[in-house]
Amino acid sequence: MTTLLDPTAEREVAARTRVPRPASLEGLTVAVLDISKPRGDVFLDRLSERLGENGIAVKRYKKPTVTRPAPLELQQQIALEANIVVEGLAD
Amino acid sequence: MSSHHLIAVVKRDCPTCAMVAPVLGQLAQRGVLTVYSQDDPGFPETVPGVADDTALDRSYELGIEIVPTLIRHRDGQEDSRAVGWNRAEWQALTGIDDLGHNLPENQPGCGALNQDPAKLRALKLRHGDTGLSARAIEIGGEEDDIEACYDRDWSDGLPVVPPTPERVLAMLEGTSRRPDEVLGEVAPNLDACTVEKVAINAVLAGCRPEYLPAVLAAVECILDRDFNLHGVLATTRFVSPVVIVNGPIARAIGMNAKGNALGQGNRANATIGRAVNLVVRNVGGGKPGGVDRSTLGSPGKYTYCFAEDEPGSAWTPFTVDRGLKAGTSAVTVFAGSGLQPVIDERGRTPEDLASTFANSLRAVDNINKFPAPDAMLVVCPEHERTINGGGWDKARLHAELMTRLTLPADEVMPGQNGIQEGASPKLAGKQVSKFLPHALMIVRAGGSAGKFSAIIAGFTPSTEHTSRPVTKEVKA
Repeated sequence: MTTLLDPTAEREVAARTRVPRPASLEGLTVAVLDISKPRGDVFLDRLSERLGENGIAVKRYKKPTVTRPAPLELQQQIALEANIVVEGLAD
Repeated sequence: MSSHHLIAVVKRDCPTCAMVAPVLGQLAQRGVLTVYSQDDPGFPETVPGVADDTALDRSYELGIEIVPTLIRHRDGQEDSRAVGWNRAEWQALTGIDDLGHNLPENQPGCGALNQDPAKLRALKLRHGDTGLSARAIEIGGEEDDIEACYDRDWSDGLPVVPPTPERVLAMLEGTSRRPDEVLGEVAPNLDACTVEKVAINAVLAGCRPEYLPAVLAAVECILDRDFNLHGVLATTRFVSPVVIVNGPIARAIGMNAKGNALGQGNRANATIGRAVNLVVRNVGGGKPGGVDRSTLGSPGKYTYCFAEDEPGSAWTPFTVDRGLKAGTSAVTVFAGSGLQPVIDERGRTPEDLASTFANSLRAVDNINKFPAPDAMLVVCPEHERTINGGGWDKARLHAELMTRLTLPADEVMPGQNGIQEGASPKLAGKQVSKFLPHALMIVRAGGSAGKFSAIIAGFTPSTEHTSRPVTKEVKA
């Protein structure tokens, strides 16, 4: 554990905060990321269908293998093309 | 004497402690002595049950400076101490007349380990005696500390030195000023800036503790109302704080005033200027995309700091122009843009160079801009030599430049020279000067080879409504 002293005026909370959830998905593009877990695609297909029915733009992506982090190129592609990512983490 | 108790603090690596070991053994036999050993609890062998003070906490609490130190407690309170070995003092303190009769009358001791600077810092932290009040942020065990600083948005883009409490304490040793002293409020958020916050940002920037007084003076300059930090930060123009250091401190901390004075490679130049900008970023909250609205910015927004070459110049120091005595350690901060080269390899007289300087200075902002923003002319050694060789001094150069830069306003009206910018039509028929009288500054720096001076153009013509250069003495 390392301690650092805050160089700022301490207006923000010390813990890093998560990016806030959007109030609505309107106008945003949702990335649906299949991490290559078995039958993940079944769930994600249905999710994409439902989002599409609601007029929300969906883009599909797939990790080559579940055992490693997404390749950098895929991470960058998703960051450039979408605003929100949905991924399934379990079988 | 039954209500008293003796404490001795020793270390093996001290010849005087080794010499008094038999005396300590003699006192221990009487059952009134506790010995603390700083480096080896097996020492001295003459004393059973030596207390282990290799962590140095007891030594710190007792304020030990020299070993051996013998302290007498009476009713739980210290009432006397002897430092080093002095037979008469030890005899008086213990009340034992035949103590150490075979030893020399006097032998000084050695420095105590708890006074080692790094160990002392760790002890102050452990005992809460730091005077620090900044929020402590714990980062995860596997988190890279430099990346953690990036993640918290504390960096200007380059790696920063993680501001651990040990480093901040070491930085504060560079000044006698209290950590909680408030220097002012930093724009744009107008939060109070303490000496401690400056020290933390100086750590981030990579400063050594001896640079801190210069950083503090520079921060005081930017917080001065005359500097108008908010305007300097928020403008769409190019400016950032240009820090000029004068006087003995510049040489003492090894600043570069010669070749590449405005370039890279000197730690003091690089980090003092960077620390000032990090204070604006972190304490003031001034960041690109936020209040910093510069259209193109400037590399000077990372750091822009140099020293005047006082020893290498025949001219009076810049600090004298700024109203201080020659030889004063001082910092001037000026809202400046990038460097404009002024090259003249053929001029052989001061008149030649004055013409070159004046015509180059006329280009500040736009050749039709009268008056123009303040400007700093950084004169190189070869140009100074030519000017001095013709019998001019700096004051003469300044006066000649002002004369050459005073023109009929009709020549610089909008539309003149094919340019739509120009002097105010109200000035028609009058003479106009490119610079307000105090606004053309001349500083000497640079390497010995090259007839290459430079202009640092400012923000706006300096008035009480814009930004004025500010000079402050450096305080220890």
